[in-house]
Amino acid sequence: MRIGIPTETLEGERRVAATPNSVKKTIKLGYEVSIQAGAGLEASFSDAAFEAVGASIVGDAASLWAQADIVFKVNPPSESEVAMLDSTKTLISSVLPPKNTALVEALAASGATTLGICCIPRISRAQKMDARSSMANIAGYRGVVEAANHFGSFFTGQMTAAGKIPPAKVLVVGAGVAGLAAIGAAKGLGAIVRAFDVRAAVKDQVGSLGGDFLEVSIEEDGETAGGYAKEMSQAYKDAQMALFMEQAADVDIVITTALVAGSKAPILWNEEMVKAMKPGSVVVDLAAEQGGNCACTEPGEVIVAHGVTIVGHRDLTCRLPVTASELYAQNLVHLLSDMTKEDGFAVDHEDEVVRGALICEKGEVLWPPPRIEPPPASKNPEVEPVMLQAKDEGPGRPWLLLATVPLALLWTYLKVTSGADSSGESSEFLQHFTVFILACFVGWQVVWNVSHSLHTPLMAVTNAISGIIIVGGLLQASGALTAPATALSVAAIFFATINISGGFLVTKRMLAMYRK
Amino acid sequence: MEQILLTSAYLFASVFFILSLRGLSSAETAKTGNYYGMVGMGVAIVATVMSNEVTGYAPILGAILIAAVIGAFMAARVKMTAMPELVAILHSFVGLAAVLVGFALYLDEGAAHGSRVVMQIEIAVDVFLAAITFTGSVLAFLKLRGSVSGAPLLLPGRHLFNLVMFVSCIVLSALFVQAEGHTGLNYLIIMTVVAGVLGYHLVAAIGGADMPVVVSMLNSYSGWTAAAAGFMLGNDLLIITGALVGSSGAILSYIMCKAMNRSIVNVIFGGFGTNSGGSAASGEQIEGEITETFVEQVIDELRDAQSVIIVPGYGMAAADAQYAVASMTEILRKMGTQVRFGIHPVAGRLPGHMNVVLMQANVPYDIVFEMDELNDDFPATDVVLVIGANDIVNPSAQTDPNSPIAGMPVLEVWKADRTVVMKRSRRTGYAGVDNPLFYKDNTRLLFGDAKDSLNSIVAGLKE
Repeated sequence: MRIGIPTETLEGERRVAATPNSVKKTIKLGYEVSIQAGAGLEASFSDAAFEAVGASIVGDAASLWAQADIVFKVNPPSESEVAMLDSTKTLISSVLPPKNTALVEALAASGATTLGICCIPRISRAQKMDARSSMANIAGYRGVVEAANHFGSFFTGQMTAAGKIPPAKVLVVGAGVAGLAAIGAAKGLGAIVRAFDVRAAVKDQVGSLGGDFLEVSIEEDGETAGGYAKEMSQAYKDAQMALFMEQAADVDIVITTALVAGSKAPILWNEEMVKAMKPGSVVVDLAAEQGGNCACTEPGEVIVAHGVTIVGHRDLTCRLPVTASELYAQNLVHLLSDMTKEDGFAVDHEDEVVRGALICEKGEVLWPPPRIEPPPASKNPEVEPVMLQAKDEGPGRPWLLLATVPLALLWTYLKVTSGADSSGESSEFLQHFTVFILACFVGWQVVWNVSHSLHTPLMAVTNAISGIIIVGGLLQASGALTAPATALSVAAIFFATINISGGFLVTKRMLAMYRK
Repeated sequence: MEQILLTSAYLFASVFFILSLRGLSSAETAKTGNYYGMVGMGVAIVATVMSNEVTGYAPILGAILIAAVIGAFMAARVKMTAMPELVAILHSFVGLAAVLVGFALYLDEGAAHGSRVVMQIEIAVDVFLAAITFTGSVLAFLKLRGSVSGAPLLLPGRHLFNLVMFVSCIVLSALFVQAEGHTGLNYLIIMTVVAGVLGYHLVAAIGGADMPVVVSMLNSYSGWTAAAAGFMLGNDLLIITGALVGSSGAILSYIMCKAMNRSIVNVIFGGFGTNSGGSAASGEQIEGEITETFVEQVIDELRDAQSVIIVPGYGMAAADAQYAVASMTEILRKMGTQVRFGIHPVAGRLPGHMNVVLMQANVPYDIVFEMDELNDDFPATDVVLVIGANDIVNPSAQTDPNSPIAGMPVLEVWKADRTVVMKRSRRTGYAGVDNPLFYKDNTRLLFGDAKDSLNSIVAGLKE
């Protein structure tokens, strides 16, 4: 099968859906690769570099689309590109169905199989194919670079001979993949970084990158089952706005990254807040593509409002074309490798990942996929192993129950006989019985903790301890020396003592050998 | 001594015994745990001796002193590889002492507490358990020592035989309890003998490969015996201690059984070992050939290896090869090779036996791992050395449902790049099962005495 990579046609797009690295892997999977001449130039990948790893170069788009069985693209296809598709072809690109319904219908009408790499479900297995995360990571980094570009001061604080320069204060709103990348990048440049997110679970992630996590006083967790953020209640929003107002006067740079899945980006940074910011401050709006998180953002433009520079670039990822192409291409190869079975390329509807990415096939629109409740991105990964361990100690219980059965029978027997016996000995027996059961329970609890390597010393110690039978001998050894009871008791003392001294001393000897 | 002081002392001793077991949960605290045990025992003995009921000090002190010396002598002299024997014989002493105490109580006129009937029932139970523990442990000792064949004794109708003995013990006990005065003594003696035979026969029917279970089971019995003696004497200290030991042994038995993927009932009554199935009838015929290897080749392979896992079995202890293993480990570790030990829960003849033997040879315990901890690492391992182990590395446990050891968790040594099995001879393992591991392409067999082979390897590595 032949995979075709055309030059991206969208204006300003500098990425490409394959790199020499990814082509090498694709060929290894058993495919042939054709690349449109000059497709990688904007991302610094020459045709020669592609040829060197075994791809063939095709002069124009039309013949490339004609010979390819599978087309890899970065952007959704244009109308003219859709026209080049037919039912024998498969297109893998970043089509997002809710945004472009008309395009999805056109794609369905073409009969081609279309997969959207951005629709891949967020499960661990599919992380290597998650192009959204790859791109968000780049956008977060680039957002900080853009902010530095427009900011008139250092990020890091400095004590110079001429005087002290305070470090820049950066507020990152939304600590998803992009937000975390921005925190890391800003921290790397030396700024004081604060971050806010409605999902309490990301607090540790923010901390791990060196950011301070800001919290509002209202408790509400904004995490959806899939790990994305959801819309919050009004009370929460008010508290959040108050927090932002306070921060606005303090911080120099604000980077907003809040995208609510599937709808227009929420306005988090209103005009009041922009006004409250110091002149020369910078707002970078990573959500400009979906309308922006800042009220003053002009998507695609850099403007100055109330003395604050507002950066609304929509093409942040294209500004890092080499890495963006590399990561995107790798995501595609991972998906391709998952879809490559023993007998070649196959669209497996049973595969949760493939089904999630599948937009249309054989003229039918298959998006959205049947709902499979995604597992919550494990909030406390450490909880699970602990529980497993506890379970491991469980098998004791049925045994304990089993052991109780004969004892219960004994108890019943005594209950019956005590009717005839008016004296107090059965209550005495019951007292002993209580002690016995309690001791069994304690032993049960304590011994489960003994590590395997200490089982032999454990046996030796319990052996020594069971020499306590000596007490029985001691109590009866005081009769006349000639009485049989005394002789038996002394013999019992004798054997029990061998046990005690032998058991303890051999344990001591064994344990002295244990060294780390 | 006043009763309240005695009770406090007993309480104190009980708490110390619990702390002692608790201390054994990790290697760091184990020594303290042992001392707690000693203190508890000391307090219990001294308090009992000082109590009002004890007046004849001379015979007591004499017996204690002589026996303490004998015990200390045994403890100091025993070889670590012979630990299972020592443990077994010590169990038999508990059993014997409990039998004697039972008889003494019956013969001692003044010692009666509570009603006579209840006490006599308790005596019968105590003596029954004690006699089983005694003879069972003695036989286990003899089997472990090799004085008696390890092969199971499988009499026809042995379950019925056991049942008959058990029922007759109950009948004899009933007669004993109903007898007036001391006329019941004969019944008690006969019952003791029958229980003794029962104990002997129970252990006789268990094969050598199940010895770890037998020993831990007898450990448990000795605890229940002590607890029964406690009921008999109305002594809470004995009850508590006995229950602690009893449950400890029960847990160990359970762990061992789980490690062999068999139920306790199966082990006790199974007569496992030379199962009629054996190797011949175990379905799948093994194809392929054994590839022999030689010391020089093993040395080269060890030199080139990045990671080595050593899987010891009883054969290592039997050949006394642990010191050679330890020096080899040290040399390899100095060369920068990752060396680890993989211990199967039932390796050896006693729970944790391999660990003790390795510790004796100064192998650091942080490179000694349990099966579950490193079973996944074999595919990434260059060389696996299997020393004197067989059943615990047998792949047919996983592949052959007809194998007598089917379903038993095993160390997956065959997944390593190279598996070297050190074997004394071409015989099958204790369980009498042939091992397809030996016929695998990446397996090499190094025949000969493990100690000699390892010493040559050590000498070769030093060059």
